[in-house]
Amino acid sequence: MTPVKPPVVKVEAVTKVYGEGETAVHALRGISLEIEQGEFVAIMGASGSGKTTLMNILGCLDIPTDGDYWIRNLNVAELDEEQLSVVRSQLIGFVFQSFNLIPRTSAAQNVELPLAYQGVSLSNRRKRAQIALDSVGLGDRARHEPQELSGGQQQRVAIARALVTNPAMVLADEPTGALDTQSTKEISELLHKINENGSTVIVITHEEEVARAARRVIRLRDGRVVEDTKWVA
Amino acid sequence: MGGLGLREVWRFAFRGITANRMRSSLTVLGVLIGVSSVIVLTAVGNGSALAVKEGIEKLGTNSILVMSAGGGGRFSRTANSNAKGLTLADAKALNDSLLAPDVKMAAPILNASGSCTYGNLTSTPQNITGTWPSYFEASNSPIDKGYYWSNDDVIAGRPVAIIGTTVATDLFGTDSPLNQVIRCHGQSVTVVGVMKSKGSTGGFQDADSIVIAPITFVQRSMSGYGSLSQIQVEAISATSTTAAMDEVTTIMNTQHKIKAGANADYRVLNQATILASSTTSSHTLTVLLAAIAAISLLVGGIGITNIMLVSVTERTREIGIRKAIGAPKSAILTQFLIEAMLLSLMGGISGVLFGVGISHFTVLGVKPVVSLTSVLSAFIVSALVGLIFGGWPANRAASLRPIEALRYE
Ligand SMILES: Nc1ncnc2c1ncn2[C@@H]1O[C@H](COP(=O)(O)OP(=O)(O)O)[C@@H](O)[C@H]1O
Ligand SMILES: [Mg+2]
Repeated sequence: MTPVKPPVVKVEAVTKVYGEGETAVHALRGISLEIEQGEFVAIMGASGSGKTTLMNILGCLDIPTDGDYWIRNLNVAELDEEQLSVVRSQLIGFVFQSFNLIPRTSAAQNVELPLAYQGVSLSNRRKRAQIALDSVGLGDRARHEPQELSGGQQQRVAIARALVTNPAMVLADEPTGALDTQSTKEISELLHKINENGSTVIVITHEEEVARAARRVIRLRDGRVVEDTKWVA
Repeated sequence: MGGLGLREVWRFAFRGITANRMRSSLTVLGVLIGVSSVIVLTAVGNGSALAVKEGIEKLGTNSILVMSAGGGGRFSRTANSNAKGLTLADAKALNDSLLAPDVKMAAPILNASGSCTYGNLTSTPQNITGTWPSYFEASNSPIDKGYYWSNDDVIAGRPVAIIGTTVATDLFGTDSPLNQVIRCHGQSVTVVGVMKSKGSTGGFQDADSIVIAPITFVQRSMSGYGSLSQIQVEAISATSTTAAMDEVTTIMNTQHKIKAGANADYRVLNQATILASSTTSSHTLTVLLAAIAAISLLVGGIGITNIMLVSVTERTREIGIRKAIGAPKSAILTQFLIEAMLLSLMGGISGVLFGVGISHFTVLGVKPVVSLTSVLSAFIVSALVGLIFGGWPANRAASLRPIEALRYE
């Protein structure tokens, strides 16, 4: 089957080296991947295999040492600071293992923030933030600040913040790494739901539970792709 | 910064400022001190210049003052080792209608210090002046109540005095001081008249804080028979002041045996010459005070830079999060700039209020005169201080790559 649309993510021979000389760490040793719009991808691999490094590059939070990266048809290396912030804002929703909500700021305001950076009007973003919070089951916690929420609830707020802009892809780096089994189950179901609504979902995980929801598993070892399996539903 | 509404911008700034109230208050205090000291110190400079100028103008355009070259005579700075103080003989010599046709009169001034009491009330006049009756006219000092003491009183050395309104109010309140006996410098003195108020000139001189008595009485019972403080001379008219000064100089040179070209041990001054020299010195004072104030404003600015550096450092992770979810550099920059501006404006506004408030009081004996320029410039500088000193840390923060900011612990 030939895709009609360009792949949402295309990386070619991407490498990442931390540090220099004697102490240099080769975190990625040449990764090439294509991910189509609407895919649900689980990235797995042992600790230190380069998963986070890859994810940060995909999320435009970091730049590769070498190789090329296209989002849709945009060559990321050619974007300036301002254009990068637009890409992060319009195309990407990032979910961190450590939630990364803004402290002393209510759930609703956290969720509104990406819309504010897009220039959405106040009344509009209030509405959309409330819808996003409802969709993660936290409609009644809009006024709570992060420190008043459990870990699982905080991560759901973070997911609401990632999906409120309807991004082309949602990236999640071990979103359940710090959560109990019940929360893990809820988050996994949420990611599934986001994918069913059309967003590409890429998730780093150790949990079979989460991986099973994905229709493709990419396994890394020592900065290389060692397995890339797709299930056809 | 797109639709990043005012609400979010203010909330960010507010959160930054309230995160550590003590630290923010101290920063605001720094700017407050800077701004208010600019305002108060320049006002004090202006005020004292104005006071000195008014004091000199009160002398009248006809007035000429003969002083010892060293000021008081004791600290003569002339090289002349036989420098001689001013004497009664000098004063008499100046009252010579042949040699000094343009001099109307000359009166010796001998200042003593000490306090005066009446009952249990005390007043400490700036001067207890011993002189001749001609002084009242030469110095442009009319009386309001009572009468002038006379030449007879001088010859007899009678303990009589005319007092200024400040002394009168201190000792008698609203009662009449006439014919009351006060004690000055331990001596009983009868008050025979009260001078018309010259109006407080503010500053270091209060022309109404004075007791004027026959010079013979002051010499005998207070100061002793040393040299005079000054000789007050009056020219016959404003236009003859220059001629009168020349005649005074000629007579004084003869009196003090000063050869042509040698340094004189006395100085002859009038309003114009005193005004000229005092303007330069009070200008120097104002510049000096303004410089001190500018330094304290700079220190306030460094305080803002410091707190902004801390604020940025503390929120580096937050900056990373914001950039990761799509914040452009300009949005981050604006938020920190507004936080810095808010701090410096709070300091600026309270500094203006505080500075203008302080300037309503007499500071160091000077009635400050606030200038609009100093208020405006202090306020604008404080806002700029926020922009410039806050801008640098803010720009540093906004330029971070998201991952660098996120890794920050
Ligand atoms: N900022 C960094 N500086 C130096 N080395 C790093 C940095 N981040 C990651 N690494 C190294 O790169 C390798 C891959 O790390 P990472 O991508 O975090 O792996 P994973 O997420 O799969 O555990 C590891 O050896 C790690 O120590
Ligand atoms: Mg990792």
